[in-house]
Amino acid sequence: MPDTTKLIENLVEKYGKKRESLLPILKGIIEEERYLSEERMLEVAKALDISGAEVYGTASFYSFIDLKPRGKHIIRVCKTIVCDMKGKNEVIKTIKDCLGIDVGETTTDGMFTLLQTNCIGQCDHAPAMLIDGEVYNELNAEKVRNIIKEYKLNRQN
Amino acid sequence: MASQVKRAEIIFAPYSEYPYKILGEALKKSPDEIIEALIQSGLRGRGGAGFPTGLKWKFAKEAQGDEKYVVCNADEGEPGTFKDRDILVKVPRKMLSGMGICAHVIGAKKGFIYLRAEYDYLKEALQKEIDFFHQHCEKYGLDFHVEIKSGAGAYVVGEETALLNSAEGKRGEPRNKPPFPVTEGYLNKPTVVNNVETFVNAMMVCRIGAEEFAKYGMRGQKGSKLFSIAGDTTKPGVYELELGLTVEELVNEFGDGNTKAVQVGGVSGFCVPRAKFKDKTIGFPGKDDVNYIPTGGSIMLFNHTRSMYHVLENYLEFFEEESCGQCTPCRVGTQQLLKGIKAIKKGEKDPEYLDTLYKLAETMKVTSKCGLGQSVANSFCSIVDEFKEEIIY
Repeated sequence: MPDTTKLIENLVEKYGKKRESLLPILKGIIEEERYLSEERMLEVAKALDISGAEVYGTASFYSFIDLKPRGKHIIRVCKTIVCDMKGKNEVIKTIKDCLGIDVGETTTDGMFTLLQTNCIGQCDHAPAMLIDGEVYNELNAEKVRNIIKEYKLNRQN
Repeated sequence: MASQVKRAEIIFAPYSEYPYKILGEALKKSPDEIIEALIQSGLRGRGGAGFPTGLKWKFAKEAQGDEKYVVCNADEGEPGTFKDRDILVKVPRKMLSGMGICAHVIGAKKGFIYLRAEYDYLKEALQKEIDFFHQHCEKYGLDFHVEIKSGAGAYVVGEETALLNSAEGKRGEPRNKPPFPVTEGYLNKPTVVNNVETFVNAMMVCRIGAEEFAKYGMRGQKGSKLFSIAGDTTKPGVYELELGLTVEELVNEFGDGNTKAVQVGGVSGFCVPRAKFKDKTIGFPGKDDVNYIPTGGSIMLFNHTRSMYHVLENYLEFFEEESCGQCTPCRVGTQQLLKGIKAIKKGEKDPEYLDTLYKLAETMKVTSKCGLGQSVANSFCSIVDEFKEEIIY
């Protein structure tokens, strides 16, 4: 676990101590810790000299800023109409089977969180999902199993 | 059958000159000359709302302010749209040229690209292109700096004032208009916010001239448009077609032979049933012209195997989640519409209840603060009008 005070200091230095820097700073924390805890929000508020409510208000608005602890890898499966038509349910079911978790849950080893998301702009290659921001599209059960396997293997190495 | 669709090749046309040649040439022209060309070309914003680009730039140029901003809206979140993604990957230089030309016209020194979080994976390559762009700005003596601002997952931020709030590090809630961004935009400074494709088109007007640009388009529409084609189609993808084609022409080209309905303009657009394919033209409507349907480019095809109830339910779930919650008609309206159609389907409410929901959607259209709440009625009413039985039984 990196030193978070240092992390926030670095982020503030990188983006500047101004209101416009709030989102990039929050995203920077998410990148390191996968979610935004109450403590981090207060630390950021202090660093930018704004109220904690301002930070929480902004953070809670955005779906990619999680306020609950998440796994190391966050899987976001697109559930909007085209992906839904092209087999999103099968993708979800396959991931559930592979990882033994439901949508919204995190594996007990803290490696994966399964979420659904709205349109990610891959409708021409539906169904699609994001894992930590990487796009995986034209999915089917076999492809999904292989992707998950790959992620699990990388963990061991 | 021979293709009836008129393809255009402006946006993805191969770039034969050396990089940023057009930018260099445009910078030698006066701002007024460029504004005049844009107005002559008939170019209207490609994000969906269709505001005349030349006028927008003119207002921002005339606005008083020591600092001005050029903002590229790459928060492409409308379901069924992915054409900006292709521009960002394939022809980012054309887009950046458009931003540079805009900076020259309005007198801006700073600009940013607001890139949706779902496209974070494009960021690295785009940043390299921006660095390359800056080298050319320096070469041409254009004092203009562009950065990327990343989104964090919110559909409503595609609305320009919500985008500006988000860029300022706030909740991405739409602002009251007026004031419009051209006078009070980013940090309350005069700002041009244009869609990715609009900047490319503005650059193309400078390249081929207003007259040549205006030759593209049918049935009174000007220019070409990128369409994102998805759903039940044999060839999903991004296509550049002349504006003003009918839904029928589109279906003949892209349908799978069994097309039952086409959603034009994403979930905030309109659903067109087969019986009306012939009558509906894709383009910006004139006054009270119900037969023209504007679109930011999203075209979703549904074939006879699809339940329109399921489609509508999926749309409403989307709206309910993405409503920013700021105004009551949209926040509560989206929840009640979703709850309502589920209750009718389950038989917990009488079929007549659908009329009440219909009125609610119409009320949202006139009372919601921004385009999100106002446009829920577009898809809701068009699906209910045409597929009432499927919604009820």
